[in-house]
Amino acid sequence: MSTHATTRIVGSSVPRKEGIDKLLGRACYVDDMEREGMWYGATVRSTIPRGMIRSISYDRRIDWSEFTIVTAADVPGENHIHLIIADQPCLADGKVNHCEEPIVLLAHADRHKLREAVKAVKIEYDPLPVVLSIEESEKQETIVWGADNLIKSFLLEKGDVDAAWANAAHIVEGEYRTGAQEHLYIENNGIIAEYDAERGVTVWGSLQCPYYVFKSLRSVFDLPEAKVRVIQTETGGAFGGKEDYPSTLACHAALLAKKSGRVVKMVYDRMEDLAATTKRHPSRVRHRTAVDGEGKLLAMDIDLATDGGAYATLSSTVLSRATLHSTGPYLCPNVRVHSRAWATNMVPYGAFRGFGAPQAIFAMERHMDEVAAAIGIDPVELRRRNFLHDGDMTATEQVMREPVILDRLLERALDESGYHAKRQKFASENAASAVKRGMGLAAFYHGSGFTGSGEVVLNSLAGVDVTPDGLVRVLVSNTEFGQGTNTILTQVAAEALAIDYTRVTMAPADTGQVPNSGPTVASRTSMVVGRLIERASLQLVGMLRADAGLGESYDTEEFFAACERYRAAKGAVLSTCRYEPPPGIVWDDKRYHGEAYPAFAWAIYVAQVAVDTVTYSAEVEGFWAVQEVGRVLHPVMAAGQIEGGVAQGIGYAVYEKVVWQDGRMVNNQMTNYIMPTAADVPPIYVYFEQIPFRYGAYGAKGIGELPHDGPAPAIVNAIRDATGVGFRHIPLLPEDLFAGLTVHELVESIGEPAQR
Amino acid sequence: MNEKVSERWPAIRFTVNGEIREVKTPPMKRLLDVLREELHLTGTKEGCGEGECGSCSVRMNGELVNSCLVPVLQAEGAEVQTVEGLATNGVLHPIQEAFLKCGGAQCGICTPGMLMATAQLLERNPHPEMAEIREGLAGNLCRCTGFMRIFESVVQAATEKPAAESEEVQHAR
Repeated sequence: MSTHATTRIVGSSVPRKEGIDKLLGRACYVDDMEREGMWYGATVRSTIPRGMIRSISYDRRIDWSEFTIVTAADVPGENHIHLIIADQPCLADGKVNHCEEPIVLLAHADRHKLREAVKAVKIEYDPLPVVLSIEESEKQETIVWGADNLIKSFLLEKGDVDAAWANAAHIVEGEYRTGAQEHLYIENNGIIAEYDAERGVTVWGSLQCPYYVFKSLRSVFDLPEAKVRVIQTETGGAFGGKEDYPSTLACHAALLAKKSGRVVKMVYDRMEDLAATTKRHPSRVRHRTAVDGEGKLLAMDIDLATDGGAYATLSSTVLSRATLHSTGPYLCPNVRVHSRAWATNMVPYGAFRGFGAPQAIFAMERHMDEVAAAIGIDPVELRRRNFLHDGDMTATEQVMREPVILDRLLERALDESGYHAKRQKFASENAASAVKRGMGLAAFYHGSGFTGSGEVVLNSLAGVDVTPDGLVRVLVSNTEFGQGTNTILTQVAAEALAIDYTRVTMAPADTGQVPNSGPTVASRTSMVVGRLIERASLQLVGMLRADAGLGESYDTEEFFAACERYRAAKGAVLSTCRYEPPPGIVWDDKRYHGEAYPAFAWAIYVAQVAVDTVTYSAEVEGFWAVQEVGRVLHPVMAAGQIEGGVAQGIGYAVYEKVVWQDGRMVNNQMTNYIMPTAADVPPIYVYFEQIPFRYGAYGAKGIGELPHDGPAPAIVNAIRDATGVGFRHIPLLPEDLFAGLTVHELVESIGEPAQR
Repeated sequence: MNEKVSERWPAIRFTVNGEIREVKTPPMKRLLDVLREELHLTGTKEGCGEGECGSCSVRMNGELVNSCLVPVLQAEGAEVQTVEGLATNGVLHPIQEAFLKCGGAQCGICTPGMLMATAQLLERNPHPEMAEIREGLAGNLCRCTGFMRIFESVVQAATEKPAAESEEVQHAR
């Protein structure tokens, strides 16, 4: 069991494994790679949201003999991207279902000629009726996907919601909305592909999940496992945005490589990346909540809808996580959550840090403040009275077997932020000031690892081996994209093997060299994969003791000497492990009931906000993030994860707005899609309470996604505290604050509009 | 660009990391592309191509510039410093040391530009206040860190490295 009292390496902030390469500028990202005779690829995309392709013609002013041209007719295998449902074509075939859908691919030796060529491909359409919002989709008048536009739905039920309303002292309703959000990794999507009749397809690229890309390539090219190889290059940020999209881009580059007989590089520019790749699902969540006279929750009836876009991508699993995070960290006897992911003709939405949880938690935690206001209780007190504790049951009737310390986290968050004193002070100062200040908070959990039976289905395999030149290699398909995979996993191996950190390295993230240890998503790498590496390492020590005379205590050199004795006697020095669920983790997919996650990370976040009622800007002046994520394996990186996630969450709340026009993103530039800069971010204070989780690597739980969940509701609650106006949607840019605050002033001065 | 075609272009000479370099290339080609494609200095990154993200920041004649907005002809006769010119014989520059120690680099794609912006800031202002650090780095976007560890790295670098030494290191190139 991983409840180690003392560790040498785990828990210390060792240098980032690939840090020196990054600092010297020699880390090799996909666009840094050149190959002899390499060509470049480009994509011709749909300019309409839905329609039949009537014709494709090529302007005669271009000498097309210089180009390689690929259409759906060139796909040798199945024309779809292998994810959850086989609905998304690799290249549109006769019909388009969203703007920017890829239709034709071009390759040429000179990338400057491609820009012109893309414009010279003329596509004519017979437009079809379109659906561009949740509301249009759920009417089911125009069917754009399947039989009913419904990609997925879940019904989560506990107790008897319908019987609870009669006993309620208060019933509070609210509708909350969140917008699309762009990942804005600073490195755009990019892939290099090579095709060889003997070796098959090889791709190098910026990606999170080598084996996802592997699966899509296999089906698109109809190739056996041995003829597909996917190698991750240094990846400049991902945040979920390189979970599914690289599968599409890899297939495109590989199709061009096959037809041209050249190595082909496809690297999107920023405008193409913003317009064509996935974003966070927009959501609409309706809450109806019953509370008793003491403010105890009696019933929650939640209707949750997401816009999935034109194809299913990961919408069903995003919806599942949204559903399981929609009730907050609260005890409630009667719960009903009905959730639906609707298809539209928007560019398909996909994975983004938090994966549905930020949307659901925005609604829940905004709603808690509205409930508190409606019944006249302090929002902190309302939460305190309803927190989950050890032994309580969640909405899926999962018993909290591990300690739940929300009260402790709350006290610390209130103390560190000076919450109560500041609220009082601001309340007295605001009346006389054009700048209104307020404090807001959010309480939440984030489930670590895949939902429900997901980890069992993944059946991850990971291991360690030892090279003859004296290095341990960690064998995983999990990737580094800034979050620290390389460092954390080598730390865990060095700790468990009791050798120097410098003698442990990562095997390349290359499907030709590493087993499938699952995707690098869902806050699973430290907890789940780290645990596999811990087990594989301890198993290796056991093998060396049994078969190579490794002593009870040993130093690093003695360890490697034992490895060589083992190699001489038995061959390769290799130890692998498969995932085993913690005992008692049982999930019933049919009833949507049971142990939703093996572990939860818990947090209380507090925001201090200043709303300028002259410029209508909302500035976050301070942010306090208090969390329990199990054991902290690397304090500097853990804090870095929280700070980075909080900054993205601040962007989600008050900076980042995707502007749509007929299903197309029109602000697809960094000039007008604005993220927080060094001048904008507030001081972010990060605190960890540590309760080691028995079944995570050295006590770790998930951390990566948690910090994106809490900022938006905490900030909008602070805006409510500052202005008295409870905004129910994000993002809130100055124009949105202006609209909401001036309407509020009007209502205050002339009264509510007459009842219709 | 093949040899014959490139012969047509006039030579443009400038200094990169202390070495005189000559390129024959279209004069409106972006300095970013010349550095990456012709001089094979791929440490300088492209993030947006429109001067918003700062990933392509290099120093030119003592100014921080977005190399995606500089036609190479403007670099004629200039002294250009890229991330590859920070370390000396593989020994990290104190700014790089500070970023490594403080967690100032995560995915690493903004890092070269961020390092150049920091070098520029500390040369102008060896002991900047927090507000000056924020302003000095406001043209360089980082999506991973939330900037806190980057600020800490800059403070650390400023503490480790007295101003005089900093200038010496710069002029030694």
